[in-house]
Amino acid sequence: MVEFDTPLARLFSRTKSEKRAALIGYLPAGFPTIEGAPRVIAAMVEGGVDAIEIGFPYSDPVMDGPIIQDAADQAIKNGTGASDVFDLVKSTAALGVPTVVMTYWNPIERYGVDEFGSALMAAGGSGVITPDLTIEESARWAQASVKSQFNRIYVIAPSTSESRMPLVTSQCSGFIYAASLMGVTGTRNSVSGDARSLVARIRSGSDLPVAVGLGVSTGDQAREVAQYADGVIVGSAFIRLIQQSATIEEGCERVRELAASLSAGVRG
Amino acid sequence: MSQTTPIAESEIIGHFGPYGGRFVPEALIGALDQLAAAHLAAKNDPTFQAELSELHRTYTGRPSIITEAKRFAEHAGGARIFLKREDLNHTGSHKINNVLGQALLTKRMGKKRIIAETGAGQHGVASATAAALMGLECVVYMGEEDTKRQSLNVARMKLLGAEVIPVTQGSKTLKDAINEAMRDWVTNVETTHYLLGTVAGPYPFPEMVRDFHRIIGVEAREQMLSEVGRLPDAILACVGGGSNAIGIFHPFIEDVNVRLIGLEAGGSGIDSGKHAATISGGTPGVLHGTRTYVLQDKNGQTVESHSISAGLDYPGVGPEHAYLHDIGRAEYRAINDDQAMEAFSLLSKTEGIIPAIETAHALAGAMIIGRELGPDAVLLLNLSGRGDKDVQTAAQYFGIPL
Ligand SMILES: Cc1ncc(COP(=O)(O)O)c(C=O)c1O
Repeated sequence: MVEFDTPLARLFSRTKSEKRAALIGYLPAGFPTIEGAPRVIAAMVEGGVDAIEIGFPYSDPVMDGPIIQDAADQAIKNGTGASDVFDLVKSTAALGVPTVVMTYWNPIERYGVDEFGSALMAAGGSGVITPDLTIEESARWAQASVKSQFNRIYVIAPSTSESRMPLVTSQCSGFIYAASLMGVTGTRNSVSGDARSLVARIRSGSDLPVAVGLGVSTGDQAREVAQYADGVIVGSAFIRLIQQSATIEEGCERVRELAASLSAGVRG
Repeated sequence: MSQTTPIAESEIIGHFGPYGGRFVPEALIGALDQLAAAHLAAKNDPTFQAELSELHRTYTGRPSIITEAKRFAEHAGGARIFLKREDLNHTGSHKINNVLGQALLTKRMGKKRIIAETGAGQHGVASATAAALMGLECVVYMGEEDTKRQSLNVARMKLLGAEVIPVTQGSKTLKDAINEAMRDWVTNVETTHYLLGTVAGPYPFPEMVRDFHRIIGVEAREQMLSEVGRLPDAILACVGGGSNAIGIFHPFIEDVNVRLIGLEAGGSGIDSGKHAATISGGTPGVLHGTRTYVLQDKNGQTVESHSISAGLDYPGVGPEHAYLHDIGRAEYRAINDDQAMEAFSLLSKTEGIIPAIETAHALAGAMIIGRELGPDAVLLLNLSGRGDKDVQTAAQYFGIPL
């Protein structure tokens, strides 16, 4: 079976030919408000973000640090549900940027596994990152992805063993998410040294693009990661700027500036 | 790049029918595999089993006795009621059974730090106790709400040398304490064992914690046969995550004439929406790494649970209970706050035993089941813990000035 031809897959072919990494920005749907989220995403795209990862805000996000937890809490208080997530996928994809959803598993199961896949594709989405779906539990999800032709993206951790690595990477399409460190999302002062060796380990067994996430927050860090990875994922750093801004206009302006600096970073 | 077919779900160990499994960040898989292997090796290792038995004999105070509650039974349709006295264990509840087992495994795995979540504080106290005994560093995550409800246990943990971290996220109760403990574990998994306190969570926790609590049922089965001369008609236990219940149920699962009845926390009543009766009032879903019954809304968000009992105030339940419910081998009923407090008071005044409020839910169940079954029935009830920690809550409930 061939790689699904999604906008996401095409993006990585393009950035590869441009000899640079892709910049992927994360935002939970419904944050800072249901209406405000598309404005923040527009600011990311204006600043140079290549692809958007939309978070499905979830009550028990065990892979997330305090910044994203707070944003998800706020989004849930704003009443954000599955239809808001798919609306945001639709408006984002309409900007011409590849769009993926990042969600813990229970909201998918609750929505209906096949239904989630078809709703994503109907909205123009490319794939789904599932941070707590182990490959052992993923049979139904794999079927849904074949049916609806979306990329399913799993996380590889520094602790993933050599024997397990191919079991997970062979289940991925679009790209492979390399967690830069053992820990949760958040901003860090430096990118863990584990990231480079992890990407090398992944590459030795897979031809898929590899994007590095967890802890990247500055242009310099993006430049460093872009030397060895195909994609750089930034979430908490954007969200923190919105949380620190008095108005959404101010927040969007700062998000645009950060996106521009990260975008310069991924171009080396 | 081709996508191969993943391993069929049914081929993976750690499932109870459609329930159980592993829904966790990839970073934890290595540690869960290591733990599963350590548990399996220990299970088949006479040296480990002897070490644990000796600890139970000389430290926990096992075997725990059974007590017939004759005066209490007068309020339960006259059925004979036997209490399995886990309240007499060191630290005051069944929790120590699991904690000593996992603490020994921690040492075997060469880890020096344990983390634990706690609701009522009983599991936190037991963990702090085992850490002190075995020279391990111990950090306990506890919802801020629960640190207030169970301040006595917070002090106990600190006296035992543990660090208690109040969790201010979400509902500030047990569910959020588990989230924080998982985040700590993802970060420190090399050096740290997550000593989960109930039969929930990803494989191997539901099986492993059950195995450490089976001793309750194994002893009780022998005691019923030798002291009463027969097996009970029904076994009752309160169900939060479900560890004390599965511990007493499991050795009786093949005894098909013995009814297994779990009592969940009905809070202000299931219809009020303010309850923690996960099987009676929830739906299948995924929470904290396992597929089971969950209190959730239409978007799959976990709904906050409510109970007067901190130890039952949890919106999930162990996956084996979900399975036993679906196949009809065990029954689950909800007991509301007021029914539990009535039973709490009654046992105190008729038997001179102040139970934990968690346990009082099982006692309220016995009052109902005893009346249903009548005076010929024999009931066995897991008296999972003592009520010292609940004196403040109970005094407030009954209007006793402190
Ligand atoms: C005395 C007692 N009984 C029962 C419980 C509920 O836990 P489980 O359902 O795992 O037995 C607790 C939890 O704190 C407890 O302290």
